[in-house]
Amino acid sequence: MSNVKNFTKGFLKENPVFVLLLGMCPTLGVTTSAQNGLGMGLATTFVLVMANLVVSLVKDVIPDKVRIPSFIIIIASFVTVVELSMQAYLPALFESLGLFIPLIVVNCIVLGRAEAFASKNKPLASIIDGLGMGLGFSLALTILGSARELLGSGKIFGFQIFDGSYGMLVFILAPGAFLVLAYLISIVNKLNKA
Amino acid sequence: MEYVIIVISAIFVNNIVLSQFLGICPFLGVSKKISTAAGMAGAVTFVMVISTIVTYLIQKMILDKLGIAFMQTITFILVIAALVQLVEIILKKVSPSLYQALGVFLPLITTNCAILGVAIMTIQKDYNLMEGVVFAISTAIGFGLSLVIFAGLREHVDMMNVPKGMKGIPIALVMAGILAMAFMGFSGIV
Repeated sequence: MSNVKNFTKGFLKENPVFVLLLGMCPTLGVTTSAQNGLGMGLATTFVLVMANLVVSLVKDVIPDKVRIPSFIIIIASFVTVVELSMQAYLPALFESLGLFIPLIVVNCIVLGRAEAFASKNKPLASIIDGLGMGLGFSLALTILGSARELLGSGKIFGFQIFDGSYGMLVFILAPGAFLVLAYLISIVNKLNKA
Repeated sequence: MEYVIIVISAIFVNNIVLSQFLGICPFLGVSKKISTAAGMAGAVTFVMVISTIVTYLIQKMILDKLGIAFMQTITFILVIAALVQLVEIILKKVSPSLYQALGVFLPLITTNCAILGVAIMTIQKDYNLMEGVVFAISTAIGFGLSLVIFAGLREHVDMMNVPKGMKGIPIALVMAGILAMAFMGFSGIV
């Protein structure tokens, strides 16, 4: 597979959220606003890229039997890096993402890419795959976050789009996450078929 | 009284799936039939309680003592992964019938964020061990409750005439959204 194709597949064709349905917990949990969605997406992208790189570098050293636990340790180390640096430099974002930062460890996309791609491919290809998948994930989260923020409070990234009195609170609360994602998935299904 | 609040809050008000968004993967993945949903709920309850106790003890006796609380994420996920394996092996020997019922679901649980989530939340909320156990049990019940209700709904919707574009996951998510709305009715109880 060419690098370009490898990079772009995460955006639409194999989008982790809309098509593969992986990593649903942070997808639904943090996308109360576009900013949170983007922050979470980029944090996950970092972990994905680094974990993919390290996994593809050490894949020949790790015995096959213990590969999953080893992958988990590698991922958990990078999650800790993200957790500590975000706490230090972006405390506000850290607060609003809360529990979902440590939970990047159990995000199925990260382990899924390590197992399905990085453990079989060269470092460069793995980085590109991680970057593409991570950005696809960020894109999905940002779209979902923007849609919920727009419907819920009439803003995108904090900028007022609709009148200030506008607001359907339900879209910022839990049910809105499920409903908006449902419609986005059906739209992406349609786009992918076309 | 405090325990009652923890129980009601964890099952209804802050339902782990429908208001905290943890454990969505099994919620969508194994909710096609009520029987499998119940099996998954059982396995999750089992592992959640054990892992909460073990991670709590590790946090208090090792991580806090040594001042290496930043290792929390790595330690907890490893402990949970090892624990799931251990539970699987023990269950196979001790109770083959229970293993038969829960067996297939156990490996899936390692990547269930609800387990790690509850372990971390128990520490964050500063519960003592007993409160932690009660919290874990009631969270697991809340998980089971929403999973079984959702599976029941999905069994019905399979027979309905759903618009083509919404078939499968989208309609399931819409139902989950309505279910979450129903659960919002509980907010304010505690």
